[in-house]
Amino acid sequence: MDDAGFTKCERCGQPIYEKDLLARFNVCPHCEFHYPLPAPERIRLLTDTGSFEERDRDMAAGDPLGFAGYEERLSRARKNTGLSDAILSGVGKIGGRPVALAVMDFRFIGGSMGSVVGERVARTVENAYAEGLPLVVVSASGGARMYEGVYSLMQLAKTSVALSGYMDGSLPYVSVLTDPTFGGVTASFATAADVIIAEPGARIGFAGARVIEQTTRERLPEGFQTAEFQRDHGMVDRIVHRLALKGDLDRLLGFLS
Amino acid sequence: MILEFERPIRDLEERIAELHRLAGPSAGLQAEISRLEGALEAAKRRIYANLSPYQRVQVARHPDRPNFRAYRDGLSDDFYELSGDRFFGDDPAVRGGLARLKRGGHNVVLLGHDKGGDTRSRVKGNFGMAHPEGYRKVKRLYELAGRFGLPIVVLVDTPGAYAGRTGEERGQAWAISADLMALARAPVPVISVIIGEGGSGGALAMCVADYVGMLENSYLSVIAPEACASIIFRDPGRAAEAAEALKLTARDLKQHGIVDEVLPEPLGGAHKEPKVAIGEVGDALDRVIAGLSEAEPEALIGARHERYRRIGTHAAGDAG
Repeated sequence: MDDAGFTKCERCGQPIYEKDLLARFNVCPHCEFHYPLPAPERIRLLTDTGSFEERDRDMAAGDPLGFAGYEERLSRARKNTGLSDAILSGVGKIGGRPVALAVMDFRFIGGSMGSVVGERVARTVENAYAEGLPLVVVSASGGARMYEGVYSLMQLAKTSVALSGYMDGSLPYVSVLTDPTFGGVTASFATAADVIIAEPGARIGFAGARVIEQTTRERLPEGFQTAEFQRDHGMVDRIVHRLALKGDLDRLLGFLS
Repeated sequence: MILEFERPIRDLEERIAELHRLAGPSAGLQAEISRLEGALEAAKRRIYANLSPYQRVQVARHPDRPNFRAYRDGLSDDFYELSGDRFFGDDPAVRGGLARLKRGGHNVVLLGHDKGGDTRSRVKGNFGMAHPEGYRKVKRLYELAGRFGLPIVVLVDTPGAYAGRTGEERGQAWAISADLMALARAPVPVISVIIGEGGSGGALAMCVADYVGMLENSYLSVIAPEACASIIFRDPGRAAEAAEALKLTARDLKQHGIVDEVLPEPLGGAHKEPKVAIGEVGDALDRVIAGLSEAEPEALIGARHERYRRIGTHAAGDAG
């Protein structure tokens, strides 16, 4: 970003006026490339103005293993994002319809899932159940948070037990996968939904392409693990442009609730 | 295969064998042999009582460590194998079937990662790294167990779910997630024992359970210590340090309340006396199955939810 408020699109190389990018929720006006979107912006995109009410805002990560460097990493992430962890959650309205909503933020330690992300997802699910609301979760995550060791692994179990109760009822769960969504998040709540929507070009998978290339020495095909790849392999229902996402969710929830 | 820290033990064993050979039927060298045998016992105790976390990871990965097949044959007097995910294929990296346990005569669904025995079976079973079809077979058997009221017994031993092109094409993450959901709903006792490696999501898909036991030298971790070291320390050579930091040993996990019990191994590890280790696991299974046999499905599911719902450390936010 230079002083004149211009930036260059990483994908198409065209200059973008910063204001245009913000107004389009980080989608390039030239090539429609979807950049990661901070969680507060995602909530502004999806919910009716003024309708979002955050829950569990002050929940803060512990350092269960006393892992060297974790506290420092946390305080830097908090300072840089203004968030308490890699997630915002609460209730809001989409097209006038109340929903329970959790949105992950990749800027916060790579959107990694530790105890706070797991707990807030579980509470959002339980809250949706208790209040009879549809559930929408928007994921963006590199996977489990290594600094919390096995505690982060156990968040896969925690979110799954919470979801299994919700999914036994008749309320809808919609999962939105954004760039990137990997590891423990895809291997638990993000793929256990009634309907899975992905943003165009988002990288989605279990193991990251670099890890796969390093461990198996395989050459991966063009477009591997993109949203389109996952749709073609039967793993994702629909690919929806970010600027159409709110309307799409509204339509879907209209059918299911 | 001899692990680096086992070398002093191997040296003593070789010297004792050599003296036995030299002495022949005479009792001439008996005093020296006895002295070395004493030293051997002391060395074993000293070395194995103080294994570092990374050394335990190496014991957990030892190629001679008893694998799923050894437990299957040692624990059950009838194993009726069931195969296939009904969609794509059969994955030999995980096996499962109906089993009658020798101890207590319990009928169960027995499942486990199969690392194989010789080079051929190891390669065939992809070293215990299952593909999505493996995890889908597992889910099928979880549901079968639920339908027939059979306890689910799982032996966990995997470096992790397969991380490769074919796994991704067939929805590895989706398959694991579905297993977690299936375990969360299973209306029968779920009993898992980690017998070797407990690598991340690929292990967790088989140990969201009412009882989780861990053999003394097994491990359970969100990531392999080598991979953790490359990411956090940017140096895979610092795996020992990562293993320490990750708190992945049976004892650590028991202390943190993640697992229920540490099952002792024979001195030197399960591979030194497989029968003893298998016997330990058999005793634990009999005891745990008997203890859970009267539990109602709703109570089991409720307690399982409660158990996993509360794991985590965070400073509380506002209520619900």
